[in-house]
Amino acid sequence: MPESSKTSSEPLLRVDQLKVYYPILGGIFRRKMGEVKAVDDFSFAITKGQTVGLVGESGSGKTTVGRAIIRLTEPTAGTITYGGTVISELPAAAFRPFRKKIQIIFQDPYNSLNPRLSIFEIIGEALEIHFPEMNRADRRERVAELLDKVGLKRAHLDRYPHEFSGGQRQRVGIARALAVNPEFIVCDEPVSALDVSVQAQIVNLLQDLQEELGLTYLFIAHDLAVVEHISDFVLVMNQGKIVEAASAEAIYENPQHDYTRKLLSAVPKL
Amino acid sequence: MSTLLSVENLGIQFGPPENPVKAVDGISFAMQAGETLAVVGESGSGKSVTALALTRLLATPPARYVSGRIEFEGRDVLQLPESQLRDLRGRQIAYIFQEPGSSLNPVFTVGYQIREAIELHRPEVRDVTAEIISALDKVGIREPAKRLNDYPHQLSGGMQQRVMIAMALSCQPKLLVADEPTTALDVTIQKQIMDLLKELKRTSNMAILLITHNFGLVADFADRVAVMFRGKIVETGATAEVLRNPQHAYTRALIECVPKLGQKQHRLKVIDYAGIE
Repeated sequence: MPESSKTSSEPLLRVDQLKVYYPILGGIFRRKMGEVKAVDDFSFAITKGQTVGLVGESGSGKTTVGRAIIRLTEPTAGTITYGGTVISELPAAAFRPFRKKIQIIFQDPYNSLNPRLSIFEIIGEALEIHFPEMNRADRRERVAELLDKVGLKRAHLDRYPHEFSGGQRQRVGIARALAVNPEFIVCDEPVSALDVSVQAQIVNLLQDLQEELGLTYLFIAHDLAVVEHISDFVLVMNQGKIVEAASAEAIYENPQHDYTRKLLSAVPKL
Repeated sequence: MSTLLSVENLGIQFGPPENPVKAVDGISFAMQAGETLAVVGESGSGKSVTALALTRLLATPPARYVSGRIEFEGRDVLQLPESQLRDLRGRQIAYIFQEPGSSLNPVFTVGYQIREAIELHRPEVRDVTAEIISALDKVGIREPAKRLNDYPHQLSGGMQQRVMIAMALSCQPKLLVADEPTTALDVTIQKQIMDLLKELKRTSNMAILLITHNFGLVADFADRVAVMFRGKIVETGATAEVLRNPQHAYTRALIECVPKLGQKQHRLKVIDYAGIE
């Protein structure tokens, strides 16, 4: 079947009954005494070009869902299907091409960039791995292009992370994710550590890039106001489960679950 | 009401004197006893430097106090000898900071750390343990007697911040400086902490200086607000008035960039710095 004949109704990513349990070990033999159900029977799908917001408090399991999708965490049960391929069971080598298609942006721009590497090295590393045919000059050209795309300058190429503000660092994190031409990006609390004024800039940048490059996002956050703004569809997560799933408008206008109402009421009113 | 704190033409600089960074550039404000004032501004606007200067907590060098006066209950803070500063710090003016995890000492129990504050600042207290338990109880920590022996890592971020507030309150300060107290927390926990501060504002005669980058937190909390931009206070006034009718372009921009529920826009408003100059 040619690539283009896949209809748009076919979701790009589909998560079915995902479970991630962590064992609680105890006793002198470190036997399993119980388990923490970080993600429990979690199912959803994302259509190409859409943004699905995943909202919940710390400990609700939202980051674990994101990490399971990019296989930084092994699921206990359930399947993750990407573009028709079940990726959750692929051996590491067979999964590698998907690492190019699926990228992640992390919460803390202070800890997610290696302080000893220059901006060129941080972003260029991904190119070295996934595009071995590129030489150093090509890579520098490509990284300069990426910096331009995220609102930084070519002059920043040889600087180090400590020379940048939090918002600029998050732009570097975004450029790094974009380096391999991904289709799908897990945005794991990308604006939670930023000032509200910088938060607005980064959210707008993500929306501009989505429009330009046709990206699909899973946007993870604890602030419903931000999630409502950026998302087409919103999943509300509590204690490992989806408690409510609805369009961004419906979540705000007609919340069904008490937990959703609690999250709504926590947003400061101006 | 009497004037508790007055800051006049305060100037603080860093870096080489011939080419200084003017972190705080000639600001003036005053606080009455029991009043809540919010200082709102972005990172780098000088709001935290201002907060630390109130008890001369800035290391000199690198910081230099280049102008102005800080007066707390008639005492000239910038001229006070070190011995009198100790009474000011913690006893009269207490602080809570952004990251409760790094403000607490990881190797001592919560009870020990609050005890230290009480023993140092209020030697007249006889039953310190009872005082600690009552402080923890006031900030909404359940079963406070059991929590005394917990280490900071055993508590969540929200609970750690409550402990910090308990520690600050245990010295019965006249002014509480809350420097971005909820920035590291989830919005739900943020709401709990702000509700707690509101409750304290209602039940005590303590003045609160809230420092934040988020105008959303100011609305139903502060009596007055001062907006800081690049080391200067660009606007000040009653909170409701500033929110309803902001005079300065920067204030307007700072209010507009907060995402609002149920008002989905194509893009969020961003601050146009070129337009503000």
